[in-house]
Amino acid sequence: MIALVLVSHSVRLAEGLVELAAQMAPDVPLLVGAGTSDGGLGTSIDVVQAAVEQGLAQADGVAILADLGSAVLTTESAIDLEDEWSGRVLLAQAPFVEGAVVAAVAAQQGGSLDDVVKAAVSAAQDLCCQGSGVSAPAPGATGEPRVPLPVVDGVSAVVTLRNPLGLHARPAAQVARAVAELGVPVTIGGVDGASVLQLLALGATGGQELTVAATGDGARDAVAAVVALIETGFGEV
Amino acid sequence: MSIDEKGSAVTLDAAWARRWIVEAAAVVAAAKEELTELDRQIGDGDHGFNLDRGFQAVATKLAETPAPADSPEEVGAVLKLVAATLMSTVGGAAGPLYGTAFLRAAKVTGRAELDGSGVVALLQAALEGVQTRGKSVPGEKTMVDAWHPAVAAAVAAAGTGGPPEDDAVMVLRAAAQAADAGATATIPLVATKGRASYLGERSAGHEDPGARSTALLLAAAVTAAEQAAAG
Repeated sequence: MIALVLVSHSVRLAEGLVELAAQMAPDVPLLVGAGTSDGGLGTSIDVVQAAVEQGLAQADGVAILADLGSAVLTTESAIDLEDEWSGRVLLAQAPFVEGAVVAAVAAQQGGSLDDVVKAAVSAAQDLCCQGSGVSAPAPGATGEPRVPLPVVDGVSAVVTLRNPLGLHARPAAQVARAVAELGVPVTIGGVDGASVLQLLALGATGGQELTVAATGDGARDAVAAVVALIETGFGEV
Repeated sequence: MSIDEKGSAVTLDAAWARRWIVEAAAVVAAAKEELTELDRQIGDGDHGFNLDRGFQAVATKLAETPAPADSPEEVGAVLKLVAATLMSTVGGAAGPLYGTAFLRAAKVTGRAELDGSGVVALLQAALEGVQTRGKSVPGEKTMVDAWHPAVAAAVAAAGTGGPPEDDAVMVLRAAAQAADAGATATIPLVATKGRASYLGERSAGHEDPGARSTALLLAAAVTAAEQAAAG
């Protein structure tokens, strides 16, 4: 298991992010390395070092997410200074909130340190890649598949979201986790079912129909499993 | 003011490094409001307060840490203590930036006394540290715009100041003067690194607070050397 350390100028910001990520990754150690030594706004190498040591004590490695300016510089200083962290501690250059959420889900799925960091970094692409990057509504938000992937010799099924809030953060993470564990590529509403950010970008709400599709070995079982999960209503009906 | 005129030999040793930091703490405390005001114009308005908090902590830490009794203290040992304390206590980007600068400088000053080339090495290492940590080059309206001309001036001055001890102070003074001019020269620049870069064109017309604090720190190093000459 990989632990996450969240480095921010603000303790409250990092604590809020822990709360958010914990909902999607209940088993991942999430640690706050934020604020100055007396809890004020700022960063301190002592605080970051203590959080990372705490993470290493309960995990195989630590992925760090940092927000602005000195959070990044302080983290890089700490990594430079601590030779014994070599290979076990990495800073993910990723958007703080989205990166942490995606990294937490990857860690929950049992990903290696590299997997977790790569997942966080990919969050930037998932966030910005469509069009100008300026508040463009995700094509999936209307319920249309954004890029209908051709289903060749594949299996697909249509499922209706039963819970009123649809694919919000917690269910999206649950689905992404389930898809990752299946080991079969599954698309949901035309997007990668293992990507929590892409699922969230669908903006799919209660009552909406989604197409679940997969191809190749295990496709039928995978689609059935995802459909079954979505039909549970995620404990919200 | 000139040490040469007084004819007193000045030694840039660990005692000088300690006086430098005490002087720096006093200068930063006096300039706290000015630096914070500069930062309020183009940043997040905390540079003066952060740096003051850091240097007060450094001064306290140094006072609590006596020089070794059995051997001459190395300049680098003092600078290393400064680096660690700044990284822990400053809170803003100046912490890791100055912390790395002093840490790199400490690595090339593991001796009891600096001559002119020793001062050049100290400044070069500090500049390299700032650039590595901040990933910045000259002209981006950052503290590099003070450190960079300081190193260039130090290199040019090295070997021109007469006997080794005087040469060291000559090099230091040239560096401090160049840092001061470099800081002033950041006023018309448009920031492309650091928090001020968020302001884009609007950052022009204001002096960079990090470049100004760098100039103050190097001026404090000269004052500390002159105190030795006078004493």
